[in-house]
Amino acid sequence: MADKKKLESSFKNMLIVLAAISLVSALAIGFTYTKTKPAAEKVQLEKSKKALEAVLPAFEKLGDKYEAEGCRLTPAYKGEELVGTAVEAVSKKGFGGDVQILVGFDAEGRIHNTAVLSIKETPGLGSNMTNPKFKDQVNGKDPENFKLSVKKDGGDVDAITAATISSRAFLDALNKAVAAYRSGKK
Amino acid sequence: MSAWKEFTKGFIKENPTFVLLLGMCPTLGTTTSSINGLSMGLAATVVLICSNCVISMLKNVIPDKVRIPGFIVVIASFVTVVDLVMQAYLPDLYETLGLFIPLIVVNCIILGRAEAFASKNGVLLSAADGLGIGLGFTMSLTILGSVREILGNGSVFGFQFIPENIDKILLFIMPPGAFIALGFLIAFVNHIKNRKAA
Repeated sequence: MADKKKLESSFKNMLIVLAAISLVSALAIGFTYTKTKPAAEKVQLEKSKKALEAVLPAFEKLGDKYEAEGCRLTPAYKGEELVGTAVEAVSKKGFGGDVQILVGFDAEGRIHNTAVLSIKETPGLGSNMTNPKFKDQVNGKDPENFKLSVKKDGGDVDAITAATISSRAFLDALNKAVAAYRSGKK
Repeated sequence: MSAWKEFTKGFIKENPTFVLLLGMCPTLGTTTSSINGLSMGLAATVVLICSNCVISMLKNVIPDKVRIPGFIVVIASFVTVVDLVMQAYLPDLYETLGLFIPLIVVNCIILGRAEAFASKNGVLLSAADGLGIGLGFTMSLTILGSVREILGNGSVFGFQFIPENIDKILLFIMPPGAFIALGFLIAFVNHIKNRKAA
């Protein structure tokens, strides 16, 4: 291999080379960002649409979003009749960061279904909160007569094995959603 | 010196995880299941090949005193590109690996290969080295992930073969299990190497 002489480490050389590398890198990242942005946004949009369809009873169209108690509410209609409301709630009590969930209430105020939007819980433990065995416990329950806390805290919900903190965070977000739903109900 | 030799050394002789003991942070952190280990390894492999090629091309242009900052900028750019692409086209995988993708920047395997190999060798050899080391890393992570998933969750690649209601050794999914499993795997690899040498 013909070993060319390396560029000398003079101040000017170092400055020029690093600036050039940074410039090219910045251009490459910028280019990728603009190219992937539409796809990334589509993924986000589809994800939120899918989540809404999963947590709400069958609906025909979604109403305008509105805010209550720091949560975002999305009403869903069939014709003119309100069939349910989806509430987005965040708990800061997660084991590894914020726990963001979407809760669907039917017209009578019962919990129809829930979906976990984003979590950073321990994989294999806290991440099991997406498991139907845990989260479906609250489906069809009326928060009026079902205590939304883990059994350890005197509630009605079985915690995830070895992930009580994550279970509590999920229920904390759920309780926020219930509070927002009650105060924001039209 | 052939590209083939540079490629194959990454699997056993210079396996980054079991022999060189490099890149322990993602190794211990992401291997909670076989699929996580596999995808983390592949993401690191992509970055490793790209950065090795570019650094090998630039080796005569970058002055010695600023070579490390130069390498880091190149590596960080590739990581960001991989991160953005995964976010857009592999959203499910992105969600599980999330935090560990940006951390590839500080993965010492990648900087180590740039410094020890790519900055001294040609593009073809550097690419072969990146591919070999990367796949060796992927292989080790997949094995470690599988061991932990089998012992801790009774499944492999998400396929459940021990019924859910039977208690598994949960410890292996948790961080201490990573250290224990890795320790035994390294002992096993050393045992094989010693027998070969004897």
